[in-house]
Amino acid sequence: MILAMVVCANTGDLLLKRGMTQIGAVQLSVSGIHHAFFLTVTSGTIWIGIFFLTGFMISYMTVLSWADYSYVMPAGAFGYAVLTLLAVVFLHESVSPRRWIGVALICIGVLLVGQTKPRTTQVSAVQVIA
Amino acid sequence: MTHDVVWRDALLLSVLIFGSTGGEIAITYGMKATGEPAHLRPKALLKFLGRAVRNGWFWVGVPMMAASFYALLMLLSWEPISFVIPASALSYVIGTLGAKYILREDVTSARWAGVLLVCAGVVLVTLG
Repeated sequence: MILAMVVCANTGDLLLKRGMTQIGAVQLSVSGIHHAFFLTVTSGTIWIGIFFLTGFMISYMTVLSWADYSYVMPAGAFGYAVLTLLAVVFLHESVSPRRWIGVALICIGVLLVGQTKPRTTQVSAVQVIA
Repeated sequence: MTHDVVWRDALLLSVLIFGSTGGEIAITYGMKATGEPAHLRPKALLKFLGRAVRNGWFWVGVPMMAASFYALLMLLSWEPISFVIPASALSYVIGTLGAKYILREDVTSARWAGVLLVCAGVVLVTLG
């Protein structure tokens, strides 16, 4: 479920970035925001991005129903490490030492959080009654 | 970068960070009250989602996350991703503080160390 969360979030973010780049800079005025909103809701790329982000939201909600927020949240950053590895393996991109250090820090950080107890809060009264 | 641009970016980053962490904390609160899905099959997941959307905290979280999302879209249209994502990495720290003091989660020193490493790692990766 955390893997689905990471894949959907990163694919969604990349599609949104592509969609917003196609739309161009948003002017900070009523008409500018209105125009940007219209372009956003009519962009296919943005809608596919939203589809992936909906998948992320469903997997995120499911994980949060039993695990701590402070346990789940850092795991989301694992996507940055996966994207870097994919760029090296499939796109043969050269990655700077700074970026490799960042990937290592994310992996160590996620592993450290992964060693802690996933749930530290009590079962709520609502859940007990239900 | 002019003075107005700095203020505009600072305002949108605040909406981005506090909107996402505040929204996620509200949704976590709602999800804990909703309880786990019985199975991970489509029917059980739909039933689970139906229960989740009837929880008031879910509807507190959604507008906050929507505001954060729109702030992200606006920032990405003005600034490079190599600025937006490292700056928003602060939300890992704000979110963990929220988890500790609002959700009353037991954030151990190991978890704090992990969160801070992830935060630093995200900044380094996005700077390239």
